[in-house]
Amino acid sequence: MDRQETKIVMAGFGGQGIVVIGNILARAAIIEDKNVVGMVCYGAEMRGGTANATVIISNDEIASPFVNHPDMAIILNGPSLDRFEPEISQDGLVLMNTSMISRDPRRSDLACIKVNATKIAHEIGNLRVSNIVSVGAFIEHTRLLSISSIEQAISDLFSNKKAELVEVNLKALHTGAERSTCLQPLDIK
Amino acid sequence: MGKKILLKGNEVMSEAAIQAGCRFFAGYPITPQNEVPEYMSRRMPQVGGVFVQAESEIAAINMVFGASAAGARCMTSSSSPGISLKQEGISYIAGAELPCLIANMQRGGPGLGNIRASQADYFQAVKGGGHGDYRLIVLAPASTQELYNLTMNAFDWADYYRNPVLMLGDGILGQMTEPVEILPYEPILDLPEKDFILDGCKGRDPRVVKTLVLRPAEGLVDHNEHLQKKYRRIESELSLCDEYRVEDADIVIAAYGITSRIAKGAVRMAREKGMKVGLIRPITLWPFPKESFKKVAYDTSQILVVEMSHGQFIEDVKLAIEAACPVEFLGKGGGWYPTEEIILEKIESMITSPVAAKGRV
Amino acid sequence: MQTLKRTEVLKDALTHYCPGCGHGIIHRLVAEVIEELGIREITIGTAPVGCAVLLYDYFNCDIIECSHGRPPAVATGIKRIHPDKIVFTYQGDGDLAAIGTAETIHAANRGENITVIFVNNAIYGMTGGQMAPTTLTGMVSTTSRDGRGQHGEGPPLKVCELLSSLDGVYYLERTAVSTPKDVNSTKRAIKKAFQNQIDGKGFSLVEVLSMCPTDWKVSTAKAVDFVNNDMKEVFPLGVYKDKS
Repeated sequence: MDRQETKIVMAGFGGQGIVVIGNILARAAIIEDKNVVGMVCYGAEMRGGTANATVIISNDEIASPFVNHPDMAIILNGPSLDRFEPEISQDGLVLMNTSMISRDPRRSDLACIKVNATKIAHEIGNLRVSNIVSVGAFIEHTRLLSISSIEQAISDLFSNKKAELVEVNLKALHTGAERSTCLQPLDIK
Repeated sequence: MGKKILLKGNEVMSEAAIQAGCRFFAGYPITPQNEVPEYMSRRMPQVGGVFVQAESEIAAINMVFGASAAGARCMTSSSSPGISLKQEGISYIAGAELPCLIANMQRGGPGLGNIRASQADYFQAVKGGGHGDYRLIVLAPASTQELYNLTMNAFDWADYYRNPVLMLGDGILGQMTEPVEILPYEPILDLPEKDFILDGCKGRDPRVVKTLVLRPAEGLVDHNEHLQKKYRRIESELSLCDEYRVEDADIVIAAYGITSRIAKGAVRMAREKGMKVGLIRPITLWPFPKESFKKVAYDTSQILVVEMSHGQFIEDVKLAIEAACPVEFLGKGGGWYPTEEIILEKIESMITSPVAAKGRV
Repeated sequence: MQTLKRTEVLKDALTHYCPGCGHGIIHRLVAEVIEELGIREITIGTAPVGCAVLLYDYFNCDIIECSHGRPPAVATGIKRIHPDKIVFTYQGDGDLAAIGTAETIHAANRGENITVIFVNNAIYGMTGGQMAPTTLTGMVSTTSRDGRGQHGEGPPLKVCELLSSLDGVYYLERTAVSTPKDVNSTKRAIKKAFQNQIDGKGFSLVEVLSMCPTDWKVSTAKAVDFVNNDMKEVFPLGVYKDKS
């Protein structure tokens, strides 16, 4: 079995649901019987500051839980792009929430998924699902995990809260998948 | 196989404690272990247990002292500065030979330091920490699953030896999320009846739990000898160590806890480059798995100690291997952590060094 | 005429206390109350650090000896595990009102259902006569040679007054053992403090003004006078809180 390990960073404003993205990717990875390690950057900032989390998904035992050079980055605001773009590994991938990011990536080696996540979330009627819109776009173009695993993970995560939360998040997922573009052909190993 | 669920290390440890029958938790919030008191405050009432948010770390460890004397499986948790505060109580608990679990999710020091992960409390954990000649059983898990399993075992070892057990984690282990199989608790030892419990002297003579020994004049000498005898017994019975690709290794990395995870990644990278590198990882820091280290040291050319401090664990490595091979060091404190690349770089420098050129010892 | 005999709650042992010390009286009062309430076999005492550290040599019930100032925390641990048992602390002024102030205040404020016997003799006895938090202003000790208050020591700490502001406290009373009347009054207060616990009422504390002729460096008779004339003036006797 070839060792396949993908390191992902997620970043945005505190309150944009960064941790939830990591949680859903991790849950979906477990559903697919993959190994996963997640970490939230913990600190004093609770709301409004920058938040970031990392997830490593692998078909083998994961050694270091640290992500210094992510293969992929899910970036939901401008300051986070400034901070994490230089850290992404060579020929990596960046997903950008274009509602909150006005520039393109400076690096030419990166594949770039664009999704107007906050605007789409607003149209769906719940600003808080911009994170899941981004997940939809991310999965659509990377195929890192199957969409059905993500759907299952969303159901698992929100089912013990409100049923309508599952519905709106699934809608966000699918809308994000449909209404996103990828600027370079990807070669996901 | 049980269902795998996704939890932070701190929550994993808490749930394992609940599963193992821990029914008393007292603690004080400190980052990066706040999930422990938060989890316990929710779970303890569900299982008929007790959660107390104490006014201080000192009060918390003394509440545990009381709860343990009262016969409960009990624990407290904290991070470095808070563990320093608990040392008074830990000394009393060790002296009175009461079982309990203390968790230290280490952060950067000295002083208030920072909230990043660290391994700079090694000396405090394994050499004593508080006053007097005592030992804690010290465990160093490297994954959340191991944290889960060892937490359960910790309560058994604490009861079996009537000795406090310290779970020495760090901020990363506490904060990282990994799938964990929630296994039901099963005791790993035949546990002795607790004949020290204070629950009122109905039908028996009154019992005393104490650490003051004034009479006879040599009483405290005898008590210390009794303790030391127990520690020698624990040393002879409890020693856990994990080895990875050491059989043919020219260089063996020695690392514990989260650092050993990173080191394992470095071993893989080195092997891909054709370098014969292995890893030895103590799971019990006290008792230190001396024999395993000694054996590895005689079979390899060099040992590289990697730790998130300026060199504490390395002292036990050197003591254990009896100078059987040279020991190199890579480590810093203050929240620094090594990357696989940094470790690999160090390994490459060791391979080209004069020591390695001499070949095997 | 009634013959006084040893209560079964005290062991047949000679105490280490000095002549004229109040601990012997207070031990006896606590023991008599435990006997009269019939709770010896369900009682767990916590010993402090200080003159009363050897409580377990004298009390015929389960005892845990604690680190200095921590009995209220230790008692919290025991009582929460055994809510049906009776848990008391027996503490001196250094233990309760200096090094253990935090534990005292927070156990009180949580309303822990325990009974606290606080012996205030205005001096550190066991260590040889150093200043206590309750040492009177102007009083000479081995660490306040010019009399308390001359070098920034502050005035004496008044525990009942301090704790009376806490909503979690159920019962607070200050008594003394310097006259027969005071001794009877102290027994009544201690009994009430234990009864409160039996009834599940919450935190009860009895502060007992007591004599320490050795470290006050006075005769036993003068020590009694000192409590009656000086200490009672600074620490007025009475009920400071009673929610019943």
